[in-house]
Amino acid sequence: MIKFEHVSKVYPNGTRGLDDVDLTITDGEFVSVIGLSGAGKSTFLRSINRLNEISEGNIVVDGVSITKAGKKQLREIRRHIGLISQSFNLVKRSTVQKNVLSGRLGYYSTWKSIFGLFTKEDYERTKQALESVGLLDKLHSRSDELSGGQQQRVSIARTLVQQADIILADEPVASLDPITSQKILQDLRKINQEMGKTVIVNIHSVEMAKAFSDRILAFKSGKVVFDGTPKQLDETELARIYGKNPAMNQDQDASEDDGEESR
Amino acid sequence: MKLKDTVHFEWYKHLLIVFLLAVCIFGSAVVTDADFSEVFSNLDQVGIFLGRLMHPDFSYLPKLLDPMAKTLKMSVVGTVLGVIVAVPVAFLGTTVVTRNLVVTTVMRFIMDIVRTIPNLLLAALLVAVIGIGEATGVLTIAIFTFGMVSQLIYETIETIDYGPIEAAESVGANKVQIAFWSIAPQVLSQIVSYTFYAFEVNVRASTVLGYVGAGGIGVILNSSLALLQYERVSLVILMILVVVAIVDGLSEAIRRRLV
Repeated sequence: MIKFEHVSKVYPNGTRGLDDVDLTITDGEFVSVIGLSGAGKSTFLRSINRLNEISEGNIVVDGVSITKAGKKQLREIRRHIGLISQSFNLVKRSTVQKNVLSGRLGYYSTWKSIFGLFTKEDYERTKQALESVGLLDKLHSRSDELSGGQQQRVSIARTLVQQADIILADEPVASLDPITSQKILQDLRKINQEMGKTVIVNIHSVEMAKAFSDRILAFKSGKVVFDGTPKQLDETELARIYGKNPAMNQDQDASEDDGEESR
Repeated sequence: MKLKDTVHFEWYKHLLIVFLLAVCIFGSAVVTDADFSEVFSNLDQVGIFLGRLMHPDFSYLPKLLDPMAKTLKMSVVGTVLGVIVAVPVAFLGTTVVTRNLVVTTVMRFIMDIVRTIPNLLLAALLVAVIGIGEATGVLTIAIFTFGMVSQLIYETIETIDYGPIEAAESVGANKVQIAFWSIAPQVLSQIVSYTFYAFEVNVRASTVLGYVGAGGIGVILNSSLALLQYERVSLVILMILVVVAIVDGLSEAIRRRLV
């Protein structure tokens, strides 16, 4: 369970990333987060595993406050939270196996991990994770030999090996084609339904958000302006989230993407 | 079309820069008393010198092989030692690894100081401290390599993809684990490449280290020049040329395969 208690985030330049966000995400939920670029989606997602520090409020993950956690405690909480990002975040020169195994780093002492002394179980877990995303034959391939969709699957496998209960996906399909995007989201949905993991996805496509989620959150200038089921998200709500003409704004949104990345 | 519509619309500024450069060049010649006619008045001497250089004394070759091998050995040992020390210092010299401005600043300061000392001065200093011989040469090369390679490495680290760092951080990895798992694999091939590049530079540099008594082929070069044995000097130069060319070729071939 993830609990946001009146969370706000103000960036040094005065921008409000989050503005009094107060909500609870229960275990096993598939939540999509939508909104314009710069509305606070990424800030929201990254504050859950404290890659972003918040300015006010408190975030509680599975009963422990990550906001107040010390260094060691933070590491322990982070083990349970997987992160998938738009740029896959793989070490491109390393093999698929190494990238997936790196999901276990939080469980190993520094020395053991430096010399690569992983247990037999973890090698087994790596194989299983790759099998479940259909990439077992790529075990020893270099990651940069894979296509974008395959690389994203490797990063999903990494969160599986990590045995994370919560998977955060920061625009996981923004750099992929529509067909591959569908497949990646299907994978995430499968993991959500079969393994009972909580999945939170930042996504630009309203259609896909509606098709795959239990619940949709919409952000505007750091505030949650919609929180409900896909069915409740109708034209009027979309107009409220994106401005007057949703279709037009979505086009604009896509072109603004690059700007957000380089920031 | 008017001039102000073209790319030359600021022509007067460019003209001013050219004028200022000319003033600087001729001004410095006047101030330092440089006289170009002196260069040409000694032309006959150049002729004699070149004439003797053109006739290398090949019978001297066998005596050169040992010092040349020593020079190569010094370069290998010195380069390896230098790189071994440079890698950890370079890693600590970036905030990407340390997230600590104090540690990074201290490491950068050490690297900057080492890099500022010219090669030959370093050798002269070490000869004074340790004495004449190959050990001095090795140490000089090691310190020189450290200065050069550490900077190349930390600059490479600063240009890596930060995504894998974030990924490792988000699974709960600590700084050392991030350095080994997210950063090192991204820069490893570059480090090997820099090592070969340093070796290349060091072979060239170490040939003159003998000049100040740091051992190797430079000692022969120095004594032959002092004794005006230009036939031997030219043979030494030829030999260095061939060895450097071979080393350059090899190192380039290896480096190209690393990318």
